[in-house]
Amino acid sequence: MNSAQDELSHPAVEVKDLVVRRGGRVILPGISLCVARARVTGLLGPSGSGKTTLMRSIVGVQVVESGSVHVLGEPAGSSSLRPRVAYLTQAPSIYADLTVSENLRYFARILDVPRARIEEVIALVGLGGQARQLTRTLSGGEHSRASLAVALLGRPEVLVLDEPTVDVDPVLRRELWRSFYAIAEGGAGVLVSSHVMDEASRCHELVLMRAGEIIASGSPDELLARTHTEELEDAFISLAEAA
Amino acid sequence: MSARVTLATTARVLGQLRRDRRTLALVFLVAPALVTLFKFIFQYQSSAFERIGAPLIGLFPLVMMFLITSIAMLRERTTGTLERLMSLPLAKLDLLVGYALAFALLAAVQGAITGTIGFALLGITTLGPAWAVVLLAIANALLGMALGLFFSAFARTEFQAVQFMPAVLLPQILLSGLLLPRGAMPRALQIVADALPVTYAYDALAKITANDTGTWLWLDIVIVVGAVVLALVLGATTLRRRTA
Repeated sequence: MNSAQDELSHPAVEVKDLVVRRGGRVILPGISLCVARARVTGLLGPSGSGKTTLMRSIVGVQVVESGSVHVLGEPAGSSSLRPRVAYLTQAPSIYADLTVSENLRYFARILDVPRARIEEVIALVGLGGQARQLTRTLSGGEHSRASLAVALLGRPEVLVLDEPTVDVDPVLRRELWRSFYAIAEGGAGVLVSSHVMDEASRCHELVLMRAGEIIASGSPDELLARTHTEELEDAFISLAEAA
Repeated sequence: MSARVTLATTARVLGQLRRDRRTLALVFLVAPALVTLFKFIFQYQSSAFERIGAPLIGLFPLVMMFLITSIAMLRERTTGTLERLMSLPLAKLDLLVGYALAFALLAAVQGAITGTIGFALLGITTLGPAWAVVLLAIANALLGMALGLFFSAFARTEFQAVQFMPAVLLPQILLSGLLLPRGAMPRALQIVADALPVTYAYDALAKITANDTGTWLWLDIVIVVGAVVLALVLGATTLRRRTA
């Protein structure tokens, strides 16, 4: 087996017995999961269930207590992963005193992607009309989308998105999901968190979290079948009660 | 470290400053205004003003850049942009040197404006070359930036960050010999002053003013540059890829 095949045999993300403590409180008491390549995996659970902490650990910006996190076969946070993994934080993390284009130009130069890609991602997140507007003056939803545009810039192999479609109107939300599918079809592993259940049905795979534990995982259809329910919301309740 | 990323960072920081006209106006106008104020305060003590005039021009960027860097880095931390940058293919040095280049440019402009007003209009004299004062002003801006970067790591809020200026810089300026020659201070304070970088920044400026361009001047400059590098290295250790 050559190294290229060897690399492809690794899942996008592999987490084993991960323990994370923040501010003296155990947030993740030891969870394990896999995120496949070429799939959109939804990380669902109520606010405070540890989704963001798990995502931070996968991106390698979280101090972890024990356990292992591998991304594309390498330890999370390795410098070789930085160009290959993109992360959207829940709170928009771009420069409020620059325009949308100026922000993207800066991050595009860091990632060394061609300038044409800037126009593409601006169109993708529906900010064509606001490209020359100061980020500070955007609405909350537009601000988040500008931050999302940065995450989409570099054609990442692993895309970690923390609540990317909050405050997004339904039409644009469908567009964004289409672009997540397109990125996954290109072979990337896409991990999307949400605390709203109506996003769940859009995912290929689901990971349901509650109080730092994974209570179930599988495709939406599998979870419905396993719980004999019609709606994912009911499936979640049934799985949470059983856990 | 990559020149592309470093220069992109410089361009980004300058872009942010360009949009903040009021800060630029304050940076460029407050220093000459204060030097002018000193000139009139010392109206009847012109020999004292001759001693401190040129060093004042060279020391202002220290304070300005300390404050600007503290707030800029604190913003990077609190708005999540630092976390984003740390997850991208950007070396810590790209960020630090990128900031340093942008602020050095700002300091050069500030030093040139203050120097022009001071030397041409206020009659401040230096026996050494005036351009050397501006060069030292840039070195002091970098010292202020490096110290600001390091101390901003200990601030959680902007209120705390600005308090580090009187806590960290003001005692150094008071002890440097600018207000009162160090020889006139108690021995214990002289020893403390000898351990502080601003002392050497002031000494270098005082020597240019007196055209005392011997080995000791170069030693002062080497110590200031060494302090910049040390503070930048310590500052780099406060930029963590992983946080709790």
